[in-house]
Amino acid sequence: MAVAAAPLTQAKKKEIGQSYWDLVWYRFKKNRLGVLGAILLIALYGSFVALPEVISPYALENRSNFVEAPPTAIRLIDEKGQLRAPFIYGLERKIDPVRRLRTWELDTDRKYPVRLFVQGDEYKLFGLIPMNIHLFGIEADQSEQRIFLLGSDALGRDYFTRIMYGGRLSLMIGLLGQFLTLVLGTTLGVISGYYGGAVDMFVQRFTEFLSAFPNIPLFMALSAAIPVFWPPTAVYFMLTIILAFLGWGGLARQVRGLILSLREREYALAAKSFGASDWRIMFRHLLPGTMSHVIVIATLSIPGMILAETALSWLGLGLRPPLTSWGTLLQDAATIRAIRFTPWLLWVVPPILLTILTYNMLGDGLRDALDPYSGR
Amino acid sequence: MENAQTLAGQTFVNPSMDSRPTLLEVRDLKVEFNIRGGVIKAVDGLTFDIKRGQTVGIIGESGCGKSVTARAILRMIPKPGRITGGQILYYRYSRYPDRDGAKKDVEVIDLTTLDPDGELIRQIRGGEIAMIFQEPMSSLTPVYTAGTHLNEAITLHRLLPIKRLGDQMVEAITKYRRVTKEEARQIAIEMLRRVGIPKPEQRVDSYPHQLSGGQRQRVMIAIALSTEPYMLIADEPTTALDVSIEAQILDIMRELQQTANMAIMFITHNLGVIASMADEIVVMYMGKQVERAKVVDLFYHPKHPYTQALLQSVPRLGPKTGARLASIEGMVPDPLNLPTGCVFHPRCPAFMPGKCDKLIPSWNKVGENHWARCLLYEE
Amino acid sequence: MAGTSQNGKKGDILLQVNGLKKYFPIQKGLLRRVIGYVKAVDDVSLYVREGETLGLVGESGCGKTTASRSIIRLYEPTAGQVLFRSRVLSPDGQPRMVNLLELNREQMTKVRQEIAMIFQDPINSLNPRMTVADIIAEPMVIHGKYEKGRSEEIIVNLLQRVGLRPDHLRRYPHEFSGGQRQRIGIARALALNPRLVLCDEPVSALDVSIQAQTLNLLQDLQQEFKLSYLFVAHDLSVVQHISDRVAVMYVGKVVEMADSEALYTNPLHPYTEALLSAVPKPDPLYKSERIIMQGDVADPANPPSGCYFHPRCRYAIDRCKTEAPAFRELKPDHWVACHRAEELQLRGI
Repeated sequence: MAVAAAPLTQAKKKEIGQSYWDLVWYRFKKNRLGVLGAILLIALYGSFVALPEVISPYALENRSNFVEAPPTAIRLIDEKGQLRAPFIYGLERKIDPVRRLRTWELDTDRKYPVRLFVQGDEYKLFGLIPMNIHLFGIEADQSEQRIFLLGSDALGRDYFTRIMYGGRLSLMIGLLGQFLTLVLGTTLGVISGYYGGAVDMFVQRFTEFLSAFPNIPLFMALSAAIPVFWPPTAVYFMLTIILAFLGWGGLARQVRGLILSLREREYALAAKSFGASDWRIMFRHLLPGTMSHVIVIATLSIPGMILAETALSWLGLGLRPPLTSWGTLLQDAATIRAIRFTPWLLWVVPPILLTILTYNMLGDGLRDALDPYSGR
Repeated sequence: MENAQTLAGQTFVNPSMDSRPTLLEVRDLKVEFNIRGGVIKAVDGLTFDIKRGQTVGIIGESGCGKSVTARAILRMIPKPGRITGGQILYYRYSRYPDRDGAKKDVEVIDLTTLDPDGELIRQIRGGEIAMIFQEPMSSLTPVYTAGTHLNEAITLHRLLPIKRLGDQMVEAITKYRRVTKEEARQIAIEMLRRVGIPKPEQRVDSYPHQLSGGQRQRVMIAIALSTEPYMLIADEPTTALDVSIEAQILDIMRELQQTANMAIMFITHNLGVIASMADEIVVMYMGKQVERAKVVDLFYHPKHPYTQALLQSVPRLGPKTGARLASIEGMVPDPLNLPTGCVFHPRCPAFMPGKCDKLIPSWNKVGENHWARCLLYEE
Repeated sequence: MAGTSQNGKKGDILLQVNGLKKYFPIQKGLLRRVIGYVKAVDDVSLYVREGETLGLVGESGCGKTTASRSIIRLYEPTAGQVLFRSRVLSPDGQPRMVNLLELNREQMTKVRQEIAMIFQDPINSLNPRMTVADIIAEPMVIHGKYEKGRSEEIIVNLLQRVGLRPDHLRRYPHEFSGGQRQRIGIARALALNPRLVLCDEPVSALDVSIQAQTLNLLQDLQQEFKLSYLFVAHDLSVVQHISDRVAVMYVGKVVEMADSEALYTNPLHPYTEALLSAVPKPDPLYKSERIIMQGDVADPANPPSGCYFHPRCRYAIDRCKTEAPAFRELKPDHWVACHRAEELQLRGI
């Protein structure tokens, strides 16, 4: 009994032998906003996580006498109206005798050209390769003049540099925390949904207990339990674990719901009828079916993690100096005085907003792409 | 009335197979779906008519365009699809006199030219041409009772006469009014009784989940019929039901059709059901009408090889022969990439090389009231 | 059900189900208190001989699917006996009757090589994330019988046997039509050379022309691989076409079981009679008085007293309301559960 395959059209030929993920990719590519989100996100992680040392002109803790200097304008036209290569004017410290304030004024006599790939502070690229090249900077003695794209803080540190480095911790905590949440949430969700009964009861009541508990006090208690003498990295990981611990419940519940419907699918029954073990059914047949949802949920909840870190650090409950994250930077900007006299410290907000927006764009794009069997 | 014509001056493409007046005439209907990867010709050149009180069956396998046809008539084609050609002429018999009391004659409306969201099609849809669907579970809103569903249809589409004593002291109907809530409820209970639901006074307040599948389909029929439509489109109405319930529902449909002189367009893939219901049958394959005949002619003298093969491939109850079923080889082609010539030629047992794969067959008359789209019958 | 093996004209009994019950508890409230049971399968007895097809028909919700799934313990039965003549569990390779419900987990897994299943829904029964090759190989992998090369050859042969091409191996289920998917499901069922195949409505989701192809394929495969089928379906014409013997179920019970010919021409149970008369015949000139069964199928959570069919039965007498009829062998190999089976003259087709 020979059966001729259905003739295939151009569009279909492309899909021959393509796995689910090939189809997802095909669909995702067509979603402009999603692709834009993905590109922006790669750029964000590339610059903030992988290359902050290169992009920022100074080292993170490089202090100076330029305390609370306003952002440096990069100029193309000099005081005589002449067009020049990009340069900055020198800064001169003045005391305002009336208000008794320290101010910074431009010294138009001193001009420093802005150069690309200048030598500066030493660092190790990816923690391995010793280098001293920075993306941009000025060629001048650091004590004489510095470039502060986004101003400097109370210790004379370049705020642009601090935002770049701060992004590393903040962006990574979102990823790491979400990864832990994912592992915890899906495993418990799958087990709870598949076995049902007492196991399900226990897991569900536990997640309800967790979500019913007021978050801030719980977090305060947990972070207070982190010993003060712990090294900053340990504190960082502890915080990640705490965030994941608080976040897995919702995911576990959604995965459980999906599993409950998937386990009634006939392919799960089919596997069982051939003698497949519970483990095999759960992790080979059921779990992959939930991955599309899980990925979307995870993508859309990473911003929540990042915001949680930011909020908690801002409250002084999360990361603490000397660790630099967007949260701890926000803490510096959180006084009336800061907003009145050093408003540039609020420049940490746009990257946070951008990150959250791009995650949402990516998440929405993925949501549409991960369901390739629908709407055709 | 958009595009209304009078009956006079109309020429008929199809000579009448039946002396009853025509209700609906579909002429060369074409429906296309523009999707990623190409254009699907869901319905391609469909021509048939339905008389008042007649049952026309449309049979075909899934994807042949039978449901799309039904939706095209009611102008309910889902999004990427649209009518690209042909006419659907609806002979509208005025049911109620106009506001001024003058009774109108038949007017012919081409449904394809109506605005799918317009006032006129909404009057016709549900009111004059009703539809019931395959899945009785999802066709009822779970939060409303059977009565609420019925009331909605009744108050929207049904008018009651206002009777007055005329000159000769006889009751004369001069005006119509909408039914009141209480009257609608009474009508609803009456309708439920007519479709054979036990204790309709109680059942009218039941929610869909409290009804069995058969009862839900009865409620759907009651809703469809509560507006006293001229025509009922039944899209696989019994496919989701068990045989014993199916027999009940078919019985009710036949009975109601006789009392109400309603036309039925019965869409199904079940040859047994259609044999007992239809007067006339249209066979569809891949959007094309392949054969049309009176039911007895079609079952006893099928002309198109597809119809012949279809009839032979169903197992029949009866003395066991032990023979293999005659099956149609191969698969339904990809609608985006239809075979050349006759669309059925790759699976056709009567395939004529050089002819069927090259020429497109036309609609040939093969007997009294019998047409087939096949090159075997081409001169 | 004693003495069933007396009639040895065909093969030996391969599967014998005695008094199988599967009750699903109805739970309510926070503490999931059991307030009742849905008696989905309530006393099912049937048997399948080697090399034959037993059709199991009934309306939706009558428990036929639950019964077939309980037989291989996809659902854990509440009570009863499922005897299967197993080869793999016998130390000397001679087939021996074992009660599947008494097997431990390891033994049960072994027996699953001999009993395969074909599912109704060709879309849902194949894992969308696996290729055709993976799907067909899975039973072999589970039982540790997958060897690179040799098994791949077996898979290609199977694929060709069910009418698909070897280049389909690397494709995913969504690339196939319903009929092709069902063929993949059939190939998977045959991967371990089973002796009994439980077919759960294998053609009811398919189009008419594809249905005929699939039925023919199942019959060919039965001949070739000496398979026995338990063929669950609601379509009486399909069941008559494919079955040697037929069992009719109503609300969790088998009400009649007989040779296909005998059951269709000479039914002994009023339900069988009504069911046969309700089937629409593809013949416009066929006019017969149809027996329209009144009312709906009984609720398995709250079945009527006595014979479950009595509220819809036109021959019901007082005894039917109070006393449940026994399932008995009225004629050789013709089993029925009706008090009035002897006296009634019922119409077949």
